[in-house]
Amino acid sequence: MQNQSIQVKGLQKSYKKLQVLKGVDFEVEKGTIFALLGSNGAGKTTVVKILSTLLKPDGGTATVNGFEVVSKSENVRKSISLTGQFAAVDEVLTGRENLIMIARLRHLEQPRQVADELLQRFGLTGAADRRASTYSGGMRRRLDIAMSLIGKPQIIFLDEPTTGLDPEARIEVWKVVKELADSGTTVFLTTQYLEEAEQLADRIAILHEGRLIASGTLEKLKKLFPPAKVEYVEKQPSLEEIFLTIINKKEETKDE
Amino acid sequence: MNKHFFSDMGVMVGRSMRHISRSMDTIITVTITPIALLLLFVYVFGGAIQTGTDHYVNYLMPGILLIAVASGISYTAYRLFLDKSKGIFERFHSMPIARSTVLWGHVLTSLVSNALSVIIIIFVALIMGFRSSAGVLSWLAVAGIIALFTLALTWMAAIAGLSAKSVDGVSAFSYPLIFLPFISSAFVPTESMPWAVRAFAENQPVTSIVESIRALLSNQPVGNEIWIALAWCVGIMIVAYFFAMRVYKARR
Repeated sequence: MQNQSIQVKGLQKSYKKLQVLKGVDFEVEKGTIFALLGSNGAGKTTVVKILSTLLKPDGGTATVNGFEVVSKSENVRKSISLTGQFAAVDEVLTGRENLIMIARLRHLEQPRQVADELLQRFGLTGAADRRASTYSGGMRRRLDIAMSLIGKPQIIFLDEPTTGLDPEARIEVWKVVKELADSGTTVFLTTQYLEEAEQLADRIAILHEGRLIASGTLEKLKKLFPPAKVEYVEKQPSLEEIFLTIINKKEETKDE
Repeated sequence: MNKHFFSDMGVMVGRSMRHISRSMDTIITVTITPIALLLLFVYVFGGAIQTGTDHYVNYLMPGILLIAVASGISYTAYRLFLDKSKGIFERFHSMPIARSTVLWGHVLTSLVSNALSVIIIIFVALIMGFRSSAGVLSWLAVAGIIALFTLALTWMAAIAGLSAKSVDGVSAFSYPLIFLPFISSAFVPTESMPWAVRAFAENQPVTSIVESIRALLSNQPVGNEIWIALAWCVGIMIVAYFFAMRVYKARR
């Protein structure tokens, strides 16, 4: 019984003359959250696309759930789920119809029941029969992730799951990701936010110009840098904290 | 073949049929231009056009139906483009489903939506005095030819939808297709055209298809035209299918 969900060795990929990945190696343990951190154009999405069988690598090997991504792509697809960079929901269909559609494509016994459960879990029951085009960015992303959970895939890829979301929606997504990992799902996520990697990930790898320049646990990465100095600074609340406090107060007064 | 091919196909067709039933305006938009042409040519130019038929609308009908299909398939290209650019394809392609069903779902939907607009136009033409002496078999043959023509153009639309970089690019490709019936025997007999134009008109696909449908609808012998028409449709379909599949699979 191997303990690695994802193994990548010497991964290379070029688009025409532009070399995007120049030999990337990493491993992801089962049931952990792995964050691939990098700025725009670092090659994060290319890694996700190769691992989710959408692109073929030019060199190196990649196995997902023990299956090689090129030769055993069908087995890989049975083990994974992809939530792409932009919420891939069918905007003409309602939230419920989107979920039922994916459940049917996963050949589940009771698509309606599966959809109902997920709508409940993601707080979309009230909007279930509205077209997805009327959803807010956060709701759309929640629906998108809910669609990815159908069929209980062992590994979930989240490509920049919180880009473009407001702070509230971002925290909701974080909660979902943590719950997923707690239930034993392996989560591979890419992000350009340092804070997101810090909050969620068991292991972090930094991709820069097609190479991994650092990887390990947060503690290990912290040791790479000079030891923290102790300074006394009055801690001002961040704008995010202020925003969330005000919002929560509003909600409380609404409830009363 | 994937063992879930037909169930996956059912889901895909169900999905895009919902798209159609929820955007009936796309069908109306497709029928407006052909109906406008029908009105214009029957009530304005028709009196001056000598075709040798009793009522000009009977002569015009086949060409109008082809124009309807040519403009209808641009929506197929548009829907494909949206699926490609909004990440829906990526979601489907990373799932363990029969991949070709994603494309076939759009193709079957194209057949249904074009059939709907053709029926609407025939209905309008009936009000304008269009009559046919064709029997059930001839009507079935007409439906078959139009279906084949739709399939051929749909696969061309698939190439456009899959390879387009922008929405504008998607819609531009169908203009020449809509224009083609004008340089054929769809509106006026080719005998009146100068020799070069006539040579083109008589040897392009639309003329043979139009002539075949016209013969079937007026209960005349179809002769060789129908074989030329079928050859064009099937030929274009095979070539377009081949290239569409190549573009589709090249996305890996």
